[in-house]
Amino acid sequence: MAQTTVTLTPKDYKSEVKPTWCPGCGDFGVLNAIYNSMANLKLPPDQTVVVSGIGCSSRLPHFVQTFGIHSLHGRALPMAQGLKMARPELTVVAVGGDGDLFSIGAGHLIHAALRNIDITVVVMDNETYGLTKGQTSPTSPTGHTTKSTPYGLLASQFNPIATALSLNVSFVARGFSSKPKDLAALIEQGVQHHGFSFIHVLSPCPTFYNTMDVWKTTVTPMPADHDTHNRFKALELSMEMEKPYVGLFYEEQRTTMDQAAHQLVQQAKEFDINKHMARYA
Amino acid sequence: MTNEVTIRIGGESGEGTISGGDILALAAARWGYYVYTFRTFPAEILGGPCLFQVRISDHPVKSMGDFADVLICLNQEAYDRNISDLRHGGVLIYDPSDFTPDTGDYIPYAIPFNDLARKEVQLYQTKNMVMLGAISGLFGPPLEAITQVVESKLSKSRKSNPILMEKNMLALEIAKKYVTEKLSKHDPNHLGTVEKADRVVLNGNQAVVAGALAANCGFFAGYPITPASDIMEALAKELPQVGGTFLQAEDEIAALAAVVGASFGGVRAMTATSGPGFSLMTELIGYASMAEIPVVIVDAQRAGPSTGMPTKMEQSDLSFALNASHGDTPRMIVAPADVADCYSLMILAFNMAERYQMPVIVLSDQSLTARVESVERSAFKPMEIQERIKFSANGAATNGHMANGYGESLAAGAEEAEHNYARYAYTASGISPATIPGPGAFTYVATGLEHDEHGHPNYEPEDHTTMMEKRFRKLATAAEELPKPQRYGDEDATIGIIGWGSTEGAIQEAVDRARANGYRVALLQLKILSPLPDRAIRDFIRSVKTVIVPECNYSGQLANLLGAKYGLQAIRVNKFGGIPFTAGEILRAIEEVS
Repeated sequence: MAQTTVTLTPKDYKSEVKPTWCPGCGDFGVLNAIYNSMANLKLPPDQTVVVSGIGCSSRLPHFVQTFGIHSLHGRALPMAQGLKMARPELTVVAVGGDGDLFSIGAGHLIHAALRNIDITVVVMDNETYGLTKGQTSPTSPTGHTTKSTPYGLLASQFNPIATALSLNVSFVARGFSSKPKDLAALIEQGVQHHGFSFIHVLSPCPTFYNTMDVWKTTVTPMPADHDTHNRFKALELSMEMEKPYVGLFYEEQRTTMDQAAHQLVQQAKEFDINKHMARYA
Repeated sequence: MTNEVTIRIGGESGEGTISGGDILALAAARWGYYVYTFRTFPAEILGGPCLFQVRISDHPVKSMGDFADVLICLNQEAYDRNISDLRHGGVLIYDPSDFTPDTGDYIPYAIPFNDLARKEVQLYQTKNMVMLGAISGLFGPPLEAITQVVESKLSKSRKSNPILMEKNMLALEIAKKYVTEKLSKHDPNHLGTVEKADRVVLNGNQAVVAGALAANCGFFAGYPITPASDIMEALAKELPQVGGTFLQAEDEIAALAAVVGASFGGVRAMTATSGPGFSLMTELIGYASMAEIPVVIVDAQRAGPSTGMPTKMEQSDLSFALNASHGDTPRMIVAPADVADCYSLMILAFNMAERYQMPVIVLSDQSLTARVESVERSAFKPMEIQERIKFSANGAATNGHMANGYGESLAAGAEEAEHNYARYAYTASGISPATIPGPGAFTYVATGLEHDEHGHPNYEPEDHTTMMEKRFRKLATAAEELPKPQRYGDEDATIGIIGWGSTEGAIQEAVDRARANGYRVALLQLKILSPLPDRAIRDFIRSVKTVIVPECNYSGQLANLLGAKYGLQAIRVNKFGGIPFTAGEILRAIEEVS
């Protein structure tokens, strides 16, 4: 998109590449929420980058008419951080699934949280590996029987919100793909938040592990009186796995690494090799 | 009286052997001499044998020297390990309180380092200064040259500990006085006064940093690893001062991922690592090649496999660098031969990465990272910077300096819609003009999936075939455009040597010595290992009767490559103990094939 001043509608963020997802996939709802949030924020497509890893949900950048990086399995976060550090004026949104961000790329989550680089990550969690046809994922419930866990899953279930809160992520929220309006609002807030924003989205897989009907009954709105600056209270709410709360759990303003790094370069001068070499004379 | 001396100091890690040697080398270099250092030490911070060797000469030196003219042993173990490397008739310096050497074909000087430090200076930590004072008194350089370096090195600790500084100076003087008054010098080693020259003294890693900065590197991400960490540390300090940013990543995968992200954003970006970290980066090398995102990766090779010998030299990552990542993955490889190359080839590596939109691997090695050389300052000049060929919305490809004739086929009218933008357009050169996020830029999605010209996922046989050819065509284009290797030695040589990387100096010196002995020898040192300069290599092979391929690795990785590509049956000379070649070892190989 060459022009950045005209009014943008959600349709303008739709690319010509058609989604590859199964009918009924929760990721459609997330994609629509992303279109809507981008339009509401009037994000200039030429200065917005959607970064993903590998997985069903990680195909998403292809469906968005902004810049995109469809990277490697698990590597969306470090790639997004490198981009934001180098080009802090860009809006950087990372997307991916539970396998991508909580299994193969889980290590990166810790450090993204600590650095608090100003990117937004939207995790489409379907509690299964969809692209590889239904193996267990870190967010699958204990006992879950799949082709890779024929005797039932023997490990504990990963708690994304509690993990994010314990890592002191500065913006922690959860949405549901079947409530795309609420989700769009959370994504807008996340993008506007200065710092690392973590948005966990329940996004069912109708083909390999259909949790749609369960989530439709268990998903619970955030208590109206929840203080989003109270991390302990947020942690308590996050422990409720059977009735997952959706909404904003926690937010905090603190220095972002990209801001801090760009404070450092305020006095920068052009490199001069002769000056540089003087130290070795 | 020769104006060249090679001094080796053997001692225990942590007792100042290396830092003493560094001071000596710097003092000699600032005094006007050429220096060339070699060091080896254990991976542990404290304890274990370490060795420092400096060759000091009034003419340019290309290798560490076959033998030491002077061997200083600070303990029995150092004597046992190193005495065989002392030249016949050389000087052995030791402290009789440490050990008693056997008699041999050398001149022994007994100097009570321990007593001088403990009783005269009354500070045992000054033992390495006592050693330097003795060296100054016996061979040069003058004490003033050494004190200048000590002062500049210790200026910080001087403020906090003025007594230490005084004691250091006292140690230098006491030792010099001791050797002048108590020893009768009867060896020929003496460094006379030479003319001062405009040179700089630095090691390979420092030159890599200078090269990266001169190449307009704007982003570095890395993870600590020996022997590449000091590149990261230096850039952490330097980059913000020139407007760049830095990230210490959680691992090498994240490091290269961050570099790819930054480069997607149009910023020239690099990482530096060694074998184990490089192994972790391989999937991303394939990604950068597939998505055509420029990245520069320095692999400061160390002895492997696995953790191997982190502080020892080896040239054993060539096969890996050539093939790292699954699938058919074009990449480029450069290998600096000396400190000056570390500067100029870093700039070349960045230019290659940007021009050909491809990962470029810089194969340095442990010996080169730490090798201190005095280099003419003129080797560190600003050099031409080539930019990525950019696609602009008005349809013109804004080409880099070398872009003549590329991209014209893409010209599109300003009114043409963005969806016509072909990020991966098929071009004659294989190079497709790129857009960078920013106002007015046409968008695209970089992907590791096979894709069509627009970057859209596509698995059609025709598409994959054409895309593979396009990506590999960039290597062919580069092979035409890149500088060619220079032949060194005889035009009518019967013996040819093909080498790569940091062995160049030792090989050149061997070639010089062989020619002086009547052999007709020539060297082709390859500095670009991918794409290989086919014609230059074929011509060279054809021009000689025998080809020797010396490499510091077990399997003969360059020899294997030359055999596979050119059918060359080379005579392989392999050294893989963790220590580089001496010129003498190469010379022996030349004599053996003759």
